[in-house]
Amino acid sequence: MSSNGHTLLSVKDLRTYFETEDGTVKAVDGISFDLQKGETLGIVGESGSGKSVTNLSIIRLVPRPPGRIVSGEVLFHGQDIMALADDDVRKIRGKRISMIFQDPMTSLNPFMRISKQLMEITQLHLGHTKSQAYEHAIHMLELVGIPDARTRVDSYPHEFSGGMRQRVMIAMALSCQPELLIADEPTTALDVTIQAQILELIKRLKEQTGASVILITHDLGVVAGMTDHIIVMYAGKVFEQAPTHELFDCPGNPYTKGLLRSVPDPAHEAGTPLYQIPGLPPDVAHLPAGCPFAPRCERAEEICTREYPPFVQLAREHFSLCHFAEEVYAQSCRERDAAQNEVSETVEPIDHQATNGQTRTKNA
Amino acid sequence: MLRFIMRRILVTIPMVLIVVTLTWGLIRLAPGNFYSGEKKLPPAVEKNLREKYGLNQPWYVQYYRLMRNVVQLDFGTSLKYEGQSVNSILVRTVPVSAILGLLAYLLALTVGLIAGVLAALKQNSKIDYASMALAMLGISLPSFVLGPLLVLIFSLTLYWLPPARWNGFPSWNLLLPVLTLSAIYMAYIARLTRSGMLEVLRSDYIRTARAKGLKELDVILRHALRGGLLPVVSFTGPALALLVTGTVVVERIFALPGLGNYFINANLNRDEPLIIGIVAFTSIVILLFNLLVDIAYAYIDPRIRY
Repeated sequence: MSSNGHTLLSVKDLRTYFETEDGTVKAVDGISFDLQKGETLGIVGESGSGKSVTNLSIIRLVPRPPGRIVSGEVLFHGQDIMALADDDVRKIRGKRISMIFQDPMTSLNPFMRISKQLMEITQLHLGHTKSQAYEHAIHMLELVGIPDARTRVDSYPHEFSGGMRQRVMIAMALSCQPELLIADEPTTALDVTIQAQILELIKRLKEQTGASVILITHDLGVVAGMTDHIIVMYAGKVFEQAPTHELFDCPGNPYTKGLLRSVPDPAHEAGTPLYQIPGLPPDVAHLPAGCPFAPRCERAEEICTREYPPFVQLAREHFSLCHFAEEVYAQSCRERDAAQNEVSETVEPIDHQATNGQTRTKNA
Repeated sequence: MLRFIMRRILVTIPMVLIVVTLTWGLIRLAPGNFYSGEKKLPPAVEKNLREKYGLNQPWYVQYYRLMRNVVQLDFGTSLKYEGQSVNSILVRTVPVSAILGLLAYLLALTVGLIAGVLAALKQNSKIDYASMALAMLGISLPSFVLGPLLVLIFSLTLYWLPPARWNGFPSWNLLLPVLTLSAIYMAYIARLTRSGMLEVLRSDYIRTARAKGLKELDVILRHALRGGLLPVVSFTGPALALLVTGTVVVERIFALPGLGNYFINANLNRDEPLIIGIVAFTSIVILLFNLLVDIAYAYIDPRIRY
């Protein structure tokens, strides 16, 4: 991706390994990406693909031992976070880069009042006095849509529902107006209806504050409407990287295609099984030679199990890690064009959707 | 909360009465009695004594009298220590045991907490292995072995500390008994603190605290310690019960005039009023301390406030 002076974060060849009894687990193995100011980046992948570790590595929160950031640069405003002293990283954490975690039920301290947990962060980074911090805490809770914030600010986390707690986490993360918000599966532990609210909230606050966002998820449906760019991770590596619309329209990697087909289609015919990628995510401690996805890949040939695939550039900002990237990309684009033609030919939109869904399932 | 405390205090009364009943039953079931010493008493003397203490009455009358007295906290006079009421013996002996137990628990708490927290923070380091090995030793070594061993080393070989006897508070005489008594609690508390802290340090909310940019010391003191200490707090209740039995052994070893020492004598002498008095007193103390532990627990963990 191009860097044009507005680059907020630039990750270069990041490698984070975990030493386990089972050998070295290369949780993150050579990840690179750029994030522009105000942009939202989605990181997608199955469990264990390294998406969370990537983001913990960015603010050096990987538990050590067993984790170890082996190599790589994380340039934040051109300054390498990896080279900073611990004290200086702490000044960035929570103030300029903050995180929202997956499980709001366990991510708040159960022994501490919400007010205190919120006040702590502005007292630390903004030098607030107690009363300033208290007012700010109430203000933040109002901002994230907690009704009756003034009376509820002194509650304990267990007195809040899951969705409310995630709102508190967001309030906490945005307290110091960070330039980068990392949301690590912020909706995974929530009900579907609450999910939509939380995503809407993140989107709205992002627009208000102009922060950049990294949204980690395993749900492609979540990133579709929220992100500008998407990175697809598999076994600690970037498999595909593209602008969001491009990735959805013309995926250039068999793994991405598989993920897209796994999203349930509203037009899916009742009674027929949903698509799933065969097999299980690989054991990252013992990766096969060649392409790590080869054993599960429908397109795989002999070369895939033998040789590590190249990182192919397909369009200006579109990259794919695959021996057959160009072929897959071309095929995806043909399918898209065919589908678009169908749209223009079909009269009734409902019928079109049904046929469209079916053709896609048959062809792909 | 107040209602909870009141309820718990009210529940204490029947529980103490049950404990006393069981003790009374056990004394009666055991063969022999206060008068069956080595020297057989003339039948007329024994009959007089029985009448004096009301032992010629049917059992239910005796039981009723006992219960009535226990409720009024009047345990009568000792059979062995003539002319001394059980209450006066309690007043004399309880401070000795209380000082011993309290010092032992404070020592165990201080050393155990520090060792446990350090071991958790430096997991798998030399500090961790050393303190956990010592803790294992502390748990495995019974006080009746440790006590004489300490006496052998510090009193009979090095001549540093007096081997036994009460010499008021504070005095060097207390050091060895306190050490002997606290060893096992120190070990338990160190292990509980370590595992509690390890669990909390891995938890999500500690990661959140770190992500806020807090200093590691603040993360531990403000966020981790509270949750990490919960197991230690809940151990305090059982620890107290064990402490009471511990003092029995330790007071015997070091010849201290405490409750435990008198309890052994009372049992050997079949001194029924004294046995029941001590049992009732200790059970009240244990129940009250357990209540205090529960209150402390609720104070620390807002999720279980009633």
